[in-house]
Amino acid sequence: MAIEVRGVEKRFGDFTALDDVSLTVADGALTALLGPSGSGKSTLLRIIAGLETPDTGEVLIGGSDVTNSPARTRGVGFVFQHYAPFKHMTVYDNVGFGLSVRKRSKQEVSARVRELLALVRLDGLAERYPSQLSGGQLQRMALARALAVQPQVLLLDEPFGALDAQVRGELREWLRRLHDEIHVTTIFVTHDQEEAMDVAKQIVVMNAGRIEQAGVPSDLYESPANEFVMSFIGPVNRLGDAFLRPHDIQILPEDDSSGEEALVERVVHLGFEVRVELKLHDGREIWAQVTREGAQQLELREGQILSVRIPAPRVFAS
Amino acid sequence: MELGPRASGRPLLHRPAGGAAPGAASSARAARARRLGARTVALGYLALLLLGPVLMVFYRTFEHGLAPVWSAITAPSAQHAFWLSLEIAAIAVPLNTVFGIGMALLLERGRFRGRAALGLLIDLPFAISPVVVGLSLVLVYGQHGWFGSWLGEHGIQVIFSVPGMVLATAVVSLPFVVRETMPVLRELGTDSEQAAATLGAGAWQTFWRITLPGIRWAVVYGVVLTAARALGEFGAVSIVSGRIENQTQTLPLYVQDRFENFDSTGAYTAAVVLALLAFGTLLAMNLLTRRAHRKGPA
Repeated sequence: MAIEVRGVEKRFGDFTALDDVSLTVADGALTALLGPSGSGKSTLLRIIAGLETPDTGEVLIGGSDVTNSPARTRGVGFVFQHYAPFKHMTVYDNVGFGLSVRKRSKQEVSARVRELLALVRLDGLAERYPSQLSGGQLQRMALARALAVQPQVLLLDEPFGALDAQVRGELREWLRRLHDEIHVTTIFVTHDQEEAMDVAKQIVVMNAGRIEQAGVPSDLYESPANEFVMSFIGPVNRLGDAFLRPHDIQILPEDDSSGEEALVERVVHLGFEVRVELKLHDGREIWAQVTREGAQQLELREGQILSVRIPAPRVFAS
Repeated sequence: MELGPRASGRPLLHRPAGGAAPGAASSARAARARRLGARTVALGYLALLLLGPVLMVFYRTFEHGLAPVWSAITAPSAQHAFWLSLEIAAIAVPLNTVFGIGMALLLERGRFRGRAALGLLIDLPFAISPVVVGLSLVLVYGQHGWFGSWLGEHGIQVIFSVPGMVLATAVVSLPFVVRETMPVLRELGTDSEQAAATLGAGAWQTFWRITLPGIRWAVVYGVVLTAARALGEFGAVSIVSGRIENQTQTLPLYVQDRFENFDSTGAYTAAVVLALLAFGTLLAMNLLTRRAHRKGPA
């Protein structure tokens, strides 16, 4: 179901967590709330779930106003950052909890739990306790538990934050495919721009309690609305008030001196990508991103003086 | 100076050449001696203060064989005191359990003014002398107290009867469940309770199915301590009970009564029963915590 947030404000004492936030998420969308810590993204998610109440503003789920409804009647599946497992229950009982508080029959609970455990690939672990699971398994158990009650909306708070890099990558891929299968309206919170771009079809960039920009990943990258979005999504060079993507800087071959003169200060090999730190003739420092092949062809080395072509940088009205 | 393979830029922690090995050995010996000394002092202190006197009570009880012990145990007033103690504990402990869980939830989860002050108030029974508790109860519920005359008109006698003794016992054993439960409640956090709410559980379901199982070992621990305190309470109960034999005499009061009347066998036997009750509760607690640890973080 579609989610609509209208003019929501939330203060904790003197701190303004959300400042007049409005947002629409289409039915069936997979959306990321992206921002640095303290930007209000988790607070917004918790307000949608009904775990916090906004000071002003409204929350609508599927067109109906749920601002004053408690969390348990909102039909929202919520996956907590640290999974919030019920430690005294088995995986089976964790996943079946939502159904058993609804007084569903044993057969129905059992069928649904088996189905979900298969979906999250925890089939063999039904009788384990949370303390016997790995981080990735806990994450999937938490997801199965949230999905068991067939929520209209699935909310995930930093779902991959506490996992190591490899498991994180797998789960990202898996969440995307899961969403393709079940099409429940999904919002997840992250501070990792790469993760947001990888998983989400729509990204909402937040900063200091406000929404800076919302849109599809490529739009945010190519036409950022302001310098915050530009520097938060993707790498950036800053030249005074102007911003420039490192991969837009073109390093010319040694015999071509038609560009600006630059000194190669450092060449960093990061696998496929090579990061070249340059000092321009007027003393400004920038860095360029080239491919491994590009770097090889240019025979880049530290201390070298060469020529670079810098496209017109982007300037944002302040 | 040639430093050999260790001169690889690491911080040099070794002692001056030659002195390192013997120095380490002697410092290890000194540490062992210190540990042994500390252990001796600790055990000696315990033996003099606790173990010796308690063993002495056991020795004096069974000094003349089992027959006098048996007759002391089966004496009607001893029996009465024993069952009265159990009766009072059986009422006061559940009261404090329910109150303690509720208060711990309020202090840990609630956000209201005066929470810190309330927390201090809960600890008061630990700090205040039980005699003062007893006296204050007499002042409020006694015949000339605030509620005493009203209660008397309605045929309820609190002081010098069981209700007052239950009250006194409840007051002195009040903080245990609260104080044992609060830190565990804090550690448990609110995430799992909120998760239960998003899954459709109401407040009552969340309490019974998520919160209470999460704090159950802390509650059990608190209950055991409450029970031990309730069974052994002397000062407060002594004042409010009036110490009427076969009526308001609990086991600790009975011990004192026998002692004052030079019935040493009676006093020692009742003391041994009290000590055994205490050992029983401690043993139960030990077994329960062991079970809790075996079952992992629950």
